[in-house]
Amino acid sequence: MFSLDLIVNGVTVALFVIGLFFMFSGAIGFLRFPDFYTRLHATGKCDTLGEILIIVGLIIYDGLSPLSAKLLFLSFFMLLANPAGTHAMMRAAYVTGVRPWKRGEARQ
Amino acid sequence: MIEVFLVTGMLIATTILICLYRAVFGPGAFNRVAAASVIGTKTVVLVVIVGYIFERPGAFVDIALLYAILNFLGTLIFAKYLERGEVCSA
Repeated sequence: MFSLDLIVNGVTVALFVIGLFFMFSGAIGFLRFPDFYTRLHATGKCDTLGEILIIVGLIIYDGLSPLSAKLLFLSFFMLLANPAGTHAMMRAAYVTGVRPWKRGEARQ
Repeated sequence: MIEVFLVTGMLIATTILICLYRAVFGPGAFNRVAAASVIGTKTVVLVVIVGYIFERPGAFVDIALLYAILNFLGTLIFAKYLERGEVCSA
């Protein structure tokens, strides 16, 4: 019988797969991009999205409970904290004179 | 359903290992601080997944919450130190 558990588990697995895809792309971008700004550009976005997708998958798996409320707060906090931290680091790098990479330059 | 959590945890651990390369060989201090921040955010998710693997998610979500806040603060303090050369001037 097409039970509810199957749907919930299926949605959770689907969200995990998509979240992991974004995490892997962020990690590979963090490795391969030529300079500091582009690397942080990749991970700042992909990591946040991958993380939020995985945590929303856990919220759906967990149903309505105080635990999913905490998970919701965690995903909302990560939505705010990650870009702010990335911005702080980018600004610190820019102020202290880390020059962005230009085409044809060597990889930093 | 526990296999799904196990596989997800292992894949997240591999992404952490991928980022570890930049933490070790990163050309400058900025890349290493960025690697620390990235690994911190991935660890938050890994802790929550481990909580579900141990079937006791209530305790681990609090740890993940605390670590998310601490990682964010650490990133800000590192950025301030790298920018100004000191954190709290007397």
